[in-house]
Amino acid sequence: MDMIETAGLTKKFGDLTAVDGVSFKVAEGEVFGFLGPNGAGKTTTVRMLCCLLSKTSGEAHIGGYDVAKDHDSLEIRQMIGVVPDNVGLYEPLSAYKNLDIYGRLYGMTEAGRRQNIERYLGMLGLWEKRDVAAGAFSKGMKQKLAIARALIHDPKVLFMDEPTANLDPESSKTVRDFILDLKQEKRTIFLNTHNLDEAQRVCDRIAILNTKLMATGTPDELENMVGGKKVVVELAQASDAVVAALKKKFAGVAIVSDGAKLSVASADPDGQVPDIVDAVVRAGGRVRFAGVEGSSLEATYLQLVRKEG
Amino acid sequence: MRFSQAWIVATKDFATFTKKRNIIYTVLIVPLVVSVALPGVVWYVQHRVNGADVGAAELTILLPAFVFFYLIIAGFIPTTIASYSLVGEKIEKSMEPLLATPTTDGEILFGKGLAAFVPPMGAILASSVLFMALMDTFTRGALGYYYFPNWDAAALLYLAVPLAVVMSVEWNVFVSSRVSDVRIAQQLGAIMILPLAGLYVGGEIGLVPLGDLNTTLYIAAALAIVDLLLLSVVRETFQRDQILTKWK
Repeated sequence: MDMIETAGLTKKFGDLTAVDGVSFKVAEGEVFGFLGPNGAGKTTTVRMLCCLLSKTSGEAHIGGYDVAKDHDSLEIRQMIGVVPDNVGLYEPLSAYKNLDIYGRLYGMTEAGRRQNIERYLGMLGLWEKRDVAAGAFSKGMKQKLAIARALIHDPKVLFMDEPTANLDPESSKTVRDFILDLKQEKRTIFLNTHNLDEAQRVCDRIAILNTKLMATGTPDELENMVGGKKVVVELAQASDAVVAALKKKFAGVAIVSDGAKLSVASADPDGQVPDIVDAVVRAGGRVRFAGVEGSSLEATYLQLVRKEG
Repeated sequence: MRFSQAWIVATKDFATFTKKRNIIYTVLIVPLVVSVALPGVVWYVQHRVNGADVGAAELTILLPAFVFFYLIIAGFIPTTIASYSLVGEKIEKSMEPLLATPTTDGEILFGKGLAAFVPPMGAILASSVLFMALMDTFTRGALGYYYFPNWDAAALLYLAVPLAVVMSVEWNVFVSSRVSDVRIAQQLGAIMILPLAGLYVGGEIGLVPLGDLNTTLYIAAALAIVDLLLLSVVRETFQRDQILTKWK
């Protein structure tokens, strides 16, 4: 079942088109990454999906509900949790009170609120700080509290807008690990980010947005979109004889030599590794490493974003 | 419109206000000063050595003018709360997660309105009881009867004052959508006391017959009309699309 579905979703601010005809589907339990540079329309898209901004045209449904219908929008907001790019906590109030207010707004019972507050603050390492004012928290702690707030009512769909932006590496890792924990619980997660490494680590599929949707696929599919895979062989020592032998044996194939590192383009890299290693050894080369490397997600991302720019 | 959702928004604001000293001081101290200081002036004048007592004729002019102070502070006190409630949320960027909950714009607006309405009204009504009790105590001898309560004071405190508080709240919601600094919002928000202060001055120079029930009812009717006009402006202003994209 698709939890999120858009078709030609468009948002204009006057003459400026912020999001242009975006269409995609996100399955239940999927972690879907939304990659794009600043100003690409990621936050605007999330705001439309969360019923925070009206769309100019197109369609968007969350859990079968239409974001454009008033009654549906209340149902949608009941089933989603949102971690905005600005955490927006009530800083004079304690962590517990911040979560309790949101639990009440989602119609939770007092016992349910207490249980989930303890659960999520515990999971995020904030339970001991529950009575401390949110304003006294570090940036990382505030981000974790905002995540707990988004989860307080156990939403089916979680929207996270740059959840690790401006966090130190340790806090970023904690948040990423937490997203992976949520993935185990089969929650649908929509992750806005411009952190390619993060997207690659946690997302099942990724969409690249630059006002328009440039590409959608699994991290592997996107990696191979530009350049494809190649066999890489690292020699103990650079050798012109080995390069010459390879060029002779694999005539017409792109072979790139970078000192002791050789790259051989291949349509079937996994199948060709033994042949290439054999050719290297026969030419007198000593192999330190041989394996398959793909194009990087970064290469695909940059090519798609620059092409549009 | 679900009152329960609006009340949660309001109680959240109440909890926040208790952490803000300037809000507590404004809400409690201003009405308290009015309720104690004005009877204190009357008491002092009546007990000063070698001074002439304030006569019954003067008191029947002074007392309704003093009650009118509550209408003026009704236009002032909500300014502090409403401006913090909205501009404070803008500064802390806490409006977006609130809008993402299953709460309608109208419920949030109503909740914000309640948060800015209830504390000033509670403080004004409570302090007015003290004011009337002290005034009756100090003027019973000169007047020969208890001046308070009376229909004019009741109309002013239970009709005109709530309408003035609503006017102030609505005006402050509008102002808060245009500025991003709490102090500027408070300064602009306080503009609403000018017409009320003008009425007071009009009363002092004999243009407006303060203490007359009909006058108070006319003022209340005018306030009700202003409230309705401002309500339409505020409802137009307080929409999620506008809040997230056009509010400064």
